Amino acid sequence: MRLSREDVLHVAWLARLELDDAEVERFTWELNQILEHMEKLKELDVTDVEPTSHVIPITNVFREDEVEKPLPREEVLANAPDATEDAFRVPRIVEES
Amino acid sequence: MELWQLTISEAHKLLVKGDISSVELTKAVLERISQVEELVKAFITVAEDIALEEAKAADERLKRKENVTILTGIPIAVKDNICTKGILTTAGSRILHNFKPPYDATVVERLKVAGAVIIGKTNLDEFAMGSSTENSGFFPTRNPWDLTRVPGGSSGGSAAAVSAGECLGALGSDTGGSIRQPAAFCGVVGLKPTYGVVSRYGLIAFASSLDQIGPITKDVMDCAIMLQFIAGHDTKDSTSINMAVPNYLDALVPDVRGLRIGIPKEFFAQGVDERVADAVLKGIELLTEMGAEAVEVSTPTAEYALAAYYIIAPAEASSNLARYDGVQYGYRCEPTPNDIVAMYSRVRKEGFGREVKHRIMLGTYALSAGYYEAFYLRAQKVRTLIRRDFERAFEACDVLITPTSPTVAFKLGEKVDDPLQMKLSDVCTIPVNMAGLPGISIPCGFQDGMPIGMQIIGRLLDEPTVLRVAYAYEQASGLRNLQPPLKTAAV
Repeated sequence: MRLSREDVLHVAWLARLELDDAEVERFTWELNQILEHMEKLKELDVTDVEPTSHVIPITNVFREDEVEKPLPREEVLANAPDATEDAFRVPRIVEES
Repeated sequence: MELWQLTISEAHKLLVKGDISSVELTKAVLERISQVEELVKAFITVAEDIALEEAKAADERLKRKENVTILTGIPIAVKDNICTKGILTTAGSRILHNFKPPYDATVVERLKVAGAVIIGKTNLDEFAMGSSTENSGFFPTRNPWDLTRVPGGSSGGSAAAVSAGECLGALGSDTGGSIRQPAAFCGVVGLKPTYGVVSRYGLIAFASSLDQIGPITKDVMDCAIMLQFIAGHDTKDSTSINMAVPNYLDALVPDVRGLRIGIPKEFFAQGVDERVADAVLKGIELLTEMGAEAVEVSTPTAEYALAAYYIIAPAEASSNLARYDGVQYGYRCEPTPNDIVAMYSRVRKEGFGREVKHRIMLGTYALSAGYYEAFYLRAQKVRTLIRRDFERAFEACDVLITPTSPTVAFKLGEKVDDPLQMKLSDVCTIPVNMAGLPGISIPCGFQDGMPIGMQIIGRLLDEPTVLRVAYAYEQASGLRNLQPPLKTAAV
């Protein structure tokens, strides 16, 4: 086993994903199974091979830094599950001093 | 022939002659949807009112003969991971169950400028992750050729809608085969363009280095038509290629004399149903009878593409899907926990489906400290080897021809609990995304009444040759605008 239950809980925390016990168990099994399958990649010699991140070699794409018209605030907030007139509402992040 | 059975080019002729109006055509398609949708379930949203308004506007253009294009007045469906201003766009996920984008994707904007009628938004596997449309957060779509079978995926809704006559053409997206495999399963044409030919602005991102939007249509000519309108540079997508768009319709010449067709033997190896392989080889035979030359080629690293894909795609997905946190849009859990990280984690637990969580977990692990080199970086190096394989193969030939998928459409439920089996259904299409190449699937026969798809792969940016071979084959075989024996709901 490559991944333990604790590893799975750590990955879930990194991914901001709450898991119930059944999911922890399932992902521990599934991830180990799939990672075993990925061992196949080690059969290939990749010494001195450059990685491909994009198939078309595009480096920096520049444009003038021009101010464009932003979306109206109401439109930006229209999809928010919880909003005031001018802000997204979330649980308190900053402690009161 | 009913109006909903027309191809885009056929309907266009009738529209410009004034024999039919866009409102009549749109109403005929909406009527067809009302008859078959209960069986096929291709759409998450049917935009009836908006479509009829757009059809009226198109009729005005046609009447005044102003700015008329081949797409003016044509009802087109759009996969529901492509943003449509003011029209629900869910990506097949509960986490976006109520999301109405404040903007259009560039491809949608271009269709609208051309005067197309957006008829609705089609079903998909959640965030395009899947090969059967069974992973939709809402409901599965069924194959119009056999309602007990899947339409393929992830663009299963778009392929089923085109096949069932619920639109004249559709947009899909393809990360590992999500346009071509459902096109094969539903007996229609589906093209994944070269990476960078079509803007991804407004496409809800799955794996950004692989995702590409493309057309799903009833024949090859319609495919070239739709590509013509959506292709081209877009400053809003920094990966879109700045180039002059060729005239894809000019490529539709039924002549393949002297053209070299590569047969990569690895794509016909074990796991590919013999009857599927036979149908594709017969297709190649037909092309050689027309004057093309067949050569055997080898792409030895292609068999590693699947494993590399299942590192790269989930890794990119885990990063792209970090934005779904229940703050700016989409699902928010009730009650909301007092701690913000607890809120994010609960929103994501309740909003994402099983396959999406699986890939987020896999991708997060593959990118995490200590594992990045072993997994993600190695997979990207393997990707380089796959690209080189294709480059070598293309020294000996002009196109490659393979099966699109190893089998015809499988039964609903058959592979849903066997993720590895499900993923094998994309084994012939994934290498093409890894190398960024253009690939089309066209029908090349039937097995027990189910369509078989043939994949034609081209060099980077060589959509014209891919379309030419597809067109030549289609003209010679007569396999175009196929009508599934779909029984309409009993009234």
